[in-house]
Amino acid sequence: MSSAAGNAVLTVAGLSVGVRDLRLVTDVSFSLGPGERVGLIGESGSGKSLTALSLMGLLPEGLRAAGSVRMAAVDHDLVDASERDMTRVRGDRMAMVFQEPMTALNPLMRVGDQVAEVMLLHDTQPDRRSARAAVTELFQRVHLPDPERMPGSYPHQLSGGQRQRIMLAIALANNPSVLICDEPTTALDVTVQALMLEEILAGVEREGSALLFITHDLPVVAMVCQRVLVMYGGRLVESGPVREVFTSPRHPYTAGLLASSRFEESDTAGRLPTISGSVPAAGHFPAGCPFRDRCPAATEECAEWPGWTGGAAHGFACWHPVGRTGQ
Amino acid sequence: MTAEGRSTVAGATTDGGQPLISVRDLQRVYTMPRTSLRRPPTRVTALRGVSFDVRKGQRFGIVGESGSGKSTLLRLLCALDQPTAGSIRFAGLQITGRKERELRFLRKELQIVFQDPMGSLNPRMRVRDIICEPLVAQRQPDRQERLDELLAVVGLPSDAAARFPHQFSGGQRQRIAIARALAPRPSVLVADEPVSALDVSVQAQILNLLADLVERFGITLVFVSHDLSVVRHVCDTVAVLHEGQIVETGPTERIHTAPQHPYTRRLIAAVPTLERALAGIGAAELAHDVSSAEEP
Repeated sequence: MSSAAGNAVLTVAGLSVGVRDLRLVTDVSFSLGPGERVGLIGESGSGKSLTALSLMGLLPEGLRAAGSVRMAAVDHDLVDASERDMTRVRGDRMAMVFQEPMTALNPLMRVGDQVAEVMLLHDTQPDRRSARAAVTELFQRVHLPDPERMPGSYPHQLSGGQRQRIMLAIALANNPSVLICDEPTTALDVTVQALMLEEILAGVEREGSALLFITHDLPVVAMVCQRVLVMYGGRLVESGPVREVFTSPRHPYTAGLLASSRFEESDTAGRLPTISGSVPAAGHFPAGCPFRDRCPAATEECAEWPGWTGGAAHGFACWHPVGRTGQ
Repeated sequence: MTAEGRSTVAGATTDGGQPLISVRDLQRVYTMPRTSLRRPPTRVTALRGVSFDVRKGQRFGIVGESGSGKSTLLRLLCALDQPTAGSIRFAGLQITGRKERELRFLRKELQIVFQDPMGSLNPRMRVRDIICEPLVAQRQPDRQERLDELLAVVGLPSDAAARFPHQFSGGQRQRIAIARALAPRPSVLVADEPVSALDVSVQAQILNLLADLVERFGITLVFVSHDLSVVRHVCDTVAVLHEGQIVETGPTERIHTAPQHPYTRRLIAAVPTLERALAGIGAAELAHDVSSAEEP
């Protein structure tokens, strides 16, 4: 499933997340090459965010991860690492931009101090004065207006797009080798989204960071990423280069997602194609292939997990893959 | 046409007569809380002279970004707020400046579906009571029968009636909100960003449902969204709102294929589509299109 197994900056192997008797993420494996941009897509409840949180060691109380998550230049496994070890990685080697910047930023702290904090904690800047200078420079880089005065503002004084740029500045402050973005533009207006996406791309390019971009917006993935991982029911169901997966999807779930994303296409009555049913609640996915109760092609065979078909470039997990020509 | 005299004939045509909703030179100025005793309070003009007509059976889209005044316009249309100046006529009747008890006809004829179904459904009420609440308020009998009918219409199982909103997914909750809105058989359905909180696949389901219902019951739809591609799918006419003014209005297809106003061009340029992305248009080009369309 990996395209750059040799020199990957992040290698996830057999990652599972769950509570005691309930699995929420099952056997997820992928890797990120240096500077590679990978999208992770799926509907709410597919396990995308849990996967990201387990990489960061930020799983909520009661949830446990198993498997292995290795980073280049970190000599321990990130799964089951001590909090002390994780704090050294988090915000330094690996950073994350969250969906809702208003809840992710501290409302009582000036934004400049919040950006400086991450550099002081990881000793990338020796003292407050140099950190302050670095903040101004970072603000210039993410195109925040008035970078001299902006650090003195509080989050509530800024617009949604500006807050998200602050989040990005915090994430990029220590040149992370992996940047995880969890729906970074979902809460933004479309015109602000376009500018923010460019900012993220320019940021990872400048720092040479690998990007894991989580979203349910397929056109955004197509615009930002080189490779895409499709997740459903806590499992990876398809992965491959964006162009290939989006033009000739093999898994019926990917095909369904793609069909419902094209607002230009509708049938003669003007109705959009949809995936029937809805994502079940956690723990209510069918055994075997989790998609089989919504899948048009499902048969008895699907009661068993199909296993992974295909190679490193483009693979899928399905008994009845969609044909080569798309739908 | 009076509010009471409306028949529920399916496929109501857009007759050339009197518009159903007529908005003229609408203005709304908000006064912010005072920050100093010496200075007058700040005034924010949310709407500066908005005029448009919605005909019966039309599917009218209002598009704008945050701060464009679309929420203010919506509140005024639903008579939940009073304008500073201007008028709104509903089926020939002035609704601005009326007292709440003189608005009963509007409360029956115009219903709303809100953006966030979790915030607009009472978590302590069962689905049955949520959907029937407008009927109770209208003192209508035969509620059980109507409830079964509504659940079927929006595609919810009949055992949903006894459950609570938190037991449903986002898309199902939006179906409950739609059933509640349809309960008093309104002639106008106002949808405020009904799909922006939902997943793409569910978005398509809800958009299809709305399109079906509007057609089946001959309802006039006012659809508010920040996303032109969603509006394009549902509406036949669209008005683009920017800084409290309508900058462009016309048939949806025309606005999409030949936008006249620079702001509309900018909005269209900003929407990422699969086709454009697969044709190799990246985020940099998108951002460039957005910022270059800014200059008139």
